[in-house]
Amino acid sequence: MDTLTVLSIIISSSLFAAAPLIFTALGGVFSERSGVVNIGLEGLMIIGAFTAIVFNLTFASTFGAATPWVALIAAMLVGGLLSLLHAVASITFRADQVVSGVAINFLALGVSLFLVKMLYDKGQTDIIKENFKKVDIPVLSDIPVIGRLIFSNISYPAIVAIALAFVSWYVLFKTPFGLRLRAVGEHPMAADTMGVNVTKMRYIAVFISGLLGGLGGGVYAQSISLDFSHATITGQGFMALAAMIFGKWHPLGAMGAAIFFGFAQSLSIVGSSIPFLEDIPAVYLLIAPYVLTILALAGFIGRADAPKASGTPYIKGSR
Amino acid sequence: MSKRFSNIAVPVVSVLLGLIAGAIIMLISGYNPINGYAALWNGAFGDTFYLGETLRQMTPYIFAGLAVAFAFRTGLFNIGVEGQLLVGWLAAVWVGVAFDLPKVIHLPLSLLAAAAAGALWGFIPGFLKARLHVHEVIVTIMMNYIALHVTNHLIRNVISDQADATEAVKETASLKSPFFESVTDYSSLHNGIYLGLIVAIIMWFILEKTTLGYELRSVGFSQHASQYAGMNVNRNIVLSMVISGAFAGLGGAMEGLGTFGNAFLHSGFSGVGFDGIAVALLGGNAAIGVVLASLLFGALKVGALNMPIESGVPNELVEIVIALIIFFVASSYMIKWLLSRFKKEEK
Repeated sequence: MDTLTVLSIIISSSLFAAAPLIFTALGGVFSERSGVVNIGLEGLMIIGAFTAIVFNLTFASTFGAATPWVALIAAMLVGGLLSLLHAVASITFRADQVVSGVAINFLALGVSLFLVKMLYDKGQTDIIKENFKKVDIPVLSDIPVIGRLIFSNISYPAIVAIALAFVSWYVLFKTPFGLRLRAVGEHPMAADTMGVNVTKMRYIAVFISGLLGGLGGGVYAQSISLDFSHATITGQGFMALAAMIFGKWHPLGAMGAAIFFGFAQSLSIVGSSIPFLEDIPAVYLLIAPYVLTILALAGFIGRADAPKASGTPYIKGSR
Repeated sequence: MSKRFSNIAVPVVSVLLGLIAGAIIMLISGYNPINGYAALWNGAFGDTFYLGETLRQMTPYIFAGLAVAFAFRTGLFNIGVEGQLLVGWLAAVWVGVAFDLPKVIHLPLSLLAAAAAGALWGFIPGFLKARLHVHEVIVTIMMNYIALHVTNHLIRNVISDQADATEAVKETASLKSPFFESVTDYSSLHNGIYLGLIVAIIMWFILEKTTLGYELRSVGFSQHASQYAGMNVNRNIVLSMVISGAFAGLGGAMEGLGTFGNAFLHSGFSGVGFDGIAVALLGGNAAIGVVLASLLFGALKVGALNMPIESGVPNELVEIVIALIIFFVASSYMIKWLLSRFKKEEK
């Protein structure tokens, strides 16, 4: 195998695994930047994956090849809906945000498995027929070297994910909306004084994180697992959370970290076929993302600080 | 409204609301909620076998709940109980398989190994929190995954030769109880239940009756005030995570030495550690509350298995009910508000 082939395999499988993580991690960035911790990303991915698969199975004959994309919209909406529950609890009812997030995770798993049993009368769904495949992007894949490395054998969601990271960066750091959202997360009282509606901003941010979390789950289900069962989403949401922290609560950082985690994940799968990696026991590659996150947090790879007001409900008038 | 009253009212109201919501979900999905809950009750307490299973399920929940609650009292949120439980499980089984010792030494040694492994897994986030102010929630989540993959690796490659499970632990390290087997119609109830109750008392004693416990709780209320009063806050944070991890590790030993009698590959988490969060929350982070909450959750989990058989309701309904209970407890602000509304109207 020549180096270019090896690189191209690694890049394509890294991006393939990273796409769902990027979407979900971006969701986390929005929520936490507004001051709401979202441990519920896992649950949002679960409900997104469930919705996408059920939608896909039900409407595959109606929408044909476009089914996965339409299913993603459904997954986003349901994810957004579930996240509103987290918003109500943690913003309006001042619940502990971590606890409410944990409840979201339980709830998503319970509801989706309950419905799978009800709809299909078995523990897991059938495998979908219309899914996201790795394709060569027309025109772009003809560019020498780069075309072969990046634009061939890639899935469309991965490209959308990367583009969305840049869009999120623009929205958060270059628009008044983004400034307000970040202000609410850093110093809600100051933002309130300046006339920013803290509650509204936080609701919007959590809703966006729900949309993106659902999207991430939908992409994962329709490109990687291809069915839905209790074991479909096992930790991808927490992984996205880790990517967000690793990326220092920055959209592009989160994207980079998600791609890195995708890289680590794919290495543990394709590693055995790559010459100089085949001797490393899989366990090291499996735990690498988590160990690196801890190291990053411990400050070995630069300090990562959460938005100041992250995790505290805003109560008007309290100091 | 007095604090004591709301401490009891909030969990009770939450459980009721959770069950009512469950009933509504059953109604909407076309099941009969009365049949559903009757099946749940029969599956949890219907005869001695089911009662035994409920108590067996309750055992690890006590440990997991105590672990979460203990850290919580020091102001720490230990989501890593799951990982600490897994390493404790493996450590207990490893000692249980590897040595040939008389029971009086072997069983305590296995339990000690589990506690030590869990404590180590709790020490790392505690240390990072105390020294480098790294948020313990994220570190413990990461430690969960590291535990999952490392224990799987050890089971597959070190303890066994590419097998999916270890050998069964030696008789001398087992918690199995012939007495319980005979009175509960061969349920898997084991002696660990005694240990769970003892540890609950120990936790109550440490927290409420010793200087250490006073300091731990004080740090939980206010780190700055405790620092000012001359307490070593960092030491207390580490200590709290270590003790919490040890509880969780022992919970793993209950599964390894009692329920299953071996350790096996996990494709995902056992869920006991995460349920422990719910148990601790519902139990108000107090020892007695945790024991009662574990009984409830043990009954829900075991009883759920009977629901599809007797009433056709998918057992996942119980997961939804549990999620909603956590949700209502978390939103206690809402419940307190509702309760105070009711009180006003009475006047």
